[in-house]
Amino acid sequence: MNLSISPEAVPLIREGIFVGLIIVTVFGALLATLAKRMTRAVLGLVVCFLGIAGIYYFLNSPFVALMQLLIYVGAVAVTICFAIMLAEPDERKLAAKTPGMAGPLAVLLGATVTWVLAGTAIKAEWMAPAVKINEGSVKDVGVSLLTTYSMVFELVSIVLLIAILGSLVIARSGRDKAEC
Amino acid sequence: MIPVSWYLTLAAILFSIGVYGFLARRNVIIMFLSIELMLNAANLNLVAVSHYLTDLRGQILTFFIIAVAAAEAAIGLGIVVALFRNKATVYADEIAQMKG
Repeated sequence: MNLSISPEAVPLIREGIFVGLIIVTVFGALLATLAKRMTRAVLGLVVCFLGIAGIYYFLNSPFVALMQLLIYVGAVAVTICFAIMLAEPDERKLAAKTPGMAGPLAVLLGATVTWVLAGTAIKAEWMAPAVKINEGSVKDVGVSLLTTYSMVFELVSIVLLIAILGSLVIARSGRDKAEC
Repeated sequence: MIPVSWYLTLAAILFSIGVYGFLARRNVIIMFLSIELMLNAANLNLVAVSHYLTDLRGQILTFFIIAVAAAEAAIGLGIVVALFRNKATVYADEIAQMKG
């Protein structure tokens, strides 16, 4: 059995994978916003993040793709699951709530935003993509993070520290009241 | 070679789905998910343009946005948990103390 791929088929396969990733991403996003149960919404969000990570890889940015997997799929989705478990919201009420007037208005606004942004993106005269597509190597990203952007890098770590402390303080205040 | 407008259109679609979810749903956690979708759409734009300009800055900026989004997730969900402890609801239309 000959598994070698003819050179003509390569762009076709690449575009096929790209379209597949687009479908996965949009499906995940729709599931995240339209699901009746909250765990399904989180699952849709994870599917959407996985599709976006694939597109980042497609865009020659393996570093950002890995960060997307680690932080969004790994950390943010799990944090949301914990929030759902801790809050135990009444899901029957979720199914009963209909958007009412807000629904059509939101669809209208969303459609307008897509129409304007996508229309601008399609109509604009983009310059031809540079011949030398950047290597996007993890090494280059690491070097520039620790030289040009080292100050921002340190500041982000402080922001994360403050966020951890702040969320602990916020989530704790309610518990004191409940216990005493 | 896939033209850059495809990526920008996908980002616009994702952003609009996020806008719809934020405006139409009343559950605070699902509104939060919609905000994450909108942030991801912005990141997708940055990475796509970074790729086509052969410039690493877009990737670096995306990395910082992801870090700040993680911080935002921690704070936001802490607020949701505290809200649920105090008011026993996660629905935005039931939290109406300040409604005039």
